[in-house]
Amino acid sequence: MAVETQQGGAVGQSVRKVDGPSLVAGKPLFTLDLDIPGSLVGAILPSPHAHARIVSVDTSAAEQVPGVRAILHHGNVPRVPYTTAGQGWPEPSPYDTVLFDTKVRFVGDRVAAVAAETEDAAAEALARIRVEYELLPPILSPEEALAPGAPIIHDEPDAEGIYDASHNIAAAVDIPIGDAAAALAAAPVTAEATCEIPYSQHATIEPHCVIAYFDDAGRLVVRTSTQVPFHVRRIVARVVGLDPARIRVVKPRIGGGFGSKQEVLLEPVAALLALRTGRPVRMAYTRQEVFVASRTRHPMKVTVRLGATKDGALHALEMDVLSNTGAYGAHALTVLSNVGSKTLPLYNKAPHVHFHGRAVYTNLPVAGAYRGYGATQGYFALEVAMDKLAEKLGLDPVELRRRNYIRVGETSPIFEKIGEGREGTAQIVRSCALEECLRIGAERIGWREKRGQRREEGPWVHGLGMACAMQGSGITGVDMAAATLVMQDDGSFRLLVGATDLGTGSDTILAQIAAQELGVPVDRVLVYSSDTDFTPFDTGAYASSTTYVSGNAVLRAASDVRAQILDVAAAALGERASALELAAGVVRSRKSGKSLTLSEIGHRATYVTDQRQIAATASFACPESPPPFAAFFCEVAVDRETGVVRVERFVVAADCGVAIHPQAAEGQLEGAVLQGIGHALCEEMLFSPRGRCLNAGFFDYKIPSSLDAPAIEAILVPSEEPTGPWGAKSISEVGINGPLPAISNAIYDAVGARMVRAPFTPERVRFALGVIP
Amino acid sequence: MTLSFRVNGRPVTVDVPPGRRLLDLLREDLGLTGTKEGCGEGECGACTVLVDGKPRLACLTAAIQVEGRDVLTIEGLAASGQLHPLQEAFLATAGVQCGFCTPGLILAAHALLAENPSPTADEVREYLSGNLCRCTGYEQVVEAVLRAAERRR
Repeated sequence: MAVETQQGGAVGQSVRKVDGPSLVAGKPLFTLDLDIPGSLVGAILPSPHAHARIVSVDTSAAEQVPGVRAILHHGNVPRVPYTTAGQGWPEPSPYDTVLFDTKVRFVGDRVAAVAAETEDAAAEALARIRVEYELLPPILSPEEALAPGAPIIHDEPDAEGIYDASHNIAAAVDIPIGDAAAALAAAPVTAEATCEIPYSQHATIEPHCVIAYFDDAGRLVVRTSTQVPFHVRRIVARVVGLDPARIRVVKPRIGGGFGSKQEVLLEPVAALLALRTGRPVRMAYTRQEVFVASRTRHPMKVTVRLGATKDGALHALEMDVLSNTGAYGAHALTVLSNVGSKTLPLYNKAPHVHFHGRAVYTNLPVAGAYRGYGATQGYFALEVAMDKLAEKLGLDPVELRRRNYIRVGETSPIFEKIGEGREGTAQIVRSCALEECLRIGAERIGWREKRGQRREEGPWVHGLGMACAMQGSGITGVDMAAATLVMQDDGSFRLLVGATDLGTGSDTILAQIAAQELGVPVDRVLVYSSDTDFTPFDTGAYASSTTYVSGNAVLRAASDVRAQILDVAAAALGERASALELAAGVVRSRKSGKSLTLSEIGHRATYVTDQRQIAATASFACPESPPPFAAFFCEVAVDRETGVVRVERFVVAADCGVAIHPQAAEGQLEGAVLQGIGHALCEEMLFSPRGRCLNAGFFDYKIPSSLDAPAIEAILVPSEEPTGPWGAKSISEVGINGPLPAISNAIYDAVGARMVRAPFTPERVRFALGVIP
Repeated sequence: MTLSFRVNGRPVTVDVPPGRRLLDLLREDLGLTGTKEGCGEGECGACTVLVDGKPRLACLTAAIQVEGRDVLTIEGLAASGQLHPLQEAFLATAGVQCGFCTPGLILAAHALLAENPSPTADEVREYLSGNLCRCTGYEQVVEAVLRAAERRR
């Protein structure tokens, strides 16, 4: 559909964020800003051991602590296997978790929980719970987990959906297309890269938190910092054994998610404590718990092998993945699948492709969804391998991408072969501005002039690197979003969406999508989102889905409401609806010039003639997942003596279709790039030989501050996605896929060292340079 | 013990136990929940408030340390109902994504502009380096502070 560039149109304007004024004023918008009188404090007893059986739990001393109201542990909580992954039903993650188990599987695993009148009483009670453990040998790497005779981490009989529990394999994928091995053996030119990403954490500034309380009708209200309110409702009901109809989940403002809040962690514990005590219960992870007991990125080792003709046409691609899912298999299969499904279609012309991998249990923290969702790991290896291939071919790396990337009208067999834990959906690419992204990015960074120059400044050597990436827009065959749009008597609108704004700006963007169709300013559309009692269903904010999937649902509802408005106006004016147009809050007849304001139409429908509620509910199930594309270019300086890497400039040019809110899209891109730079330069969780995290806090686990952030130039290169709302596709994840390979490739350009193990710390760079003895 | 100080220009007298954190006093006793807790260990800056105009971390400040002092929280910046130019600037540049670090960032920026009304971008980055933001790439945050500085001139 064509984008109307009419004056005052809402789409394409960086309008004021609808929740912005309240956020900058510090209004009580977040989960824990609400004071529910009489709330108890909930807290969790973590396992001190990486792998152990619980022999006994003695709570008698803890129960004596004044103010303690409930203690939960495996002895008094029913055993219900589930997955904490907040995915659509049935979840493609194994049911390998119970609320409180007789076995602990990582340092920080949940042993017991208490509810008490004060934080001090809760802490005192936790300290007095006596747990006797029988220690088991811990498994601290995927290689150990796969070794013959390795201890079995999930030996419980009631787990479901584990690929091969007896060999610690949570999930496995093997997708052969053609004969990649033979094609690689016969290829005139080959290149190979094995790249490794360690444990890293989302580090949302707001920790995971929840309040569970009872409303006037005795229903359980769960107010929680989540990306998936509807999945929280379903999973909490199942785990605590409550009728879902008795649960309401409310998502207030969220202090960042990036995937870590696509996980149902504290909610069932708080719900059960509230049910046991009959009192409101509030819980929040400490920063240390966020690091250790929430979720992380899946650490991975990815090997890519490329075979090409002498003119740089890719003929064979092989990708082999070893993923560490930690103690539980949340998102194990789907993140693994995404390593291939969101990377291999970018270079779609190779007839021979082989994608295979395993996700393996270890006695380390649990990995889960994290922005990029496997694609980030895959692109690191793929784009470093492409850089190597370009060098072997004597081709400019930009030119090598040009000869191979997917064009409009083309497809990839991968789209159909790999889906969300099952087969995917065939689709063609209908919009792609990667050519322009490459051109603008290369020009902006000074690719031609600066690359390969190795400019020196004392010990510093400069280099340039680049990478490409794509992602998707929602999950085909899984994601569904709904929206209800209601016109009020005054001609303003209420938009009710299950979509979950976690700081991304989606409430604003969805209001813009509706306002554009309704011909009104954005402030005439009041958005109410994410309350399972009042808003229609939405799978939630993940997989780059909201603008595309939820946005399409909103556009459908708005089109329906627009038609109803024109019908009422047609009757009132005695004209045909087809002769009427709606713009700037007024319906006007092209024939007679007569007009009615939306307020007049609202009053007529509400109070006067042929009375009715002008409203519509529409839903959108994701039939395809149009990829956004991006080209990344950076300039680094490497200190040959110390190994320090400085990113001097980072340029990212991205195609997200039509940007509904350009400033918000740029913000997503810049933020994703900076997280990627953190992955590349400094972020890594470290563990003791017994599996205890050594740097579970911001002092020791460094995320980039304003001083560390380089100048990031984000450029939106427009395309028009014909299936998207007003031409839009997604932007939230794609930006995190480029920094690791682009920076690695730039370091190579500067000093000739291939950095394949992230982060590229001074020690690793010195080692690669041979400076370290 | 009894504690008297001014918060957002208003005199306050409260009873507090000696170990109570300023953060809890503000959020729980005074209902000023615009001050956020991101780590409780002085690492993230989300709880930044101004004490006699200087940025202080409310999670590491004992409530009794503000006896007789002036405390400014985010709620005090728009007390008249009109957003402060810094708040307007954060909206104008999309320096707010999730908004959780925003109150601390805005108050730190407020202290910066009081000390240095015409900072350079590098000076802004330096001054705000104790306030972590995970959503933005800081570009739009720095732009907001520079914009507010310009508007004040």
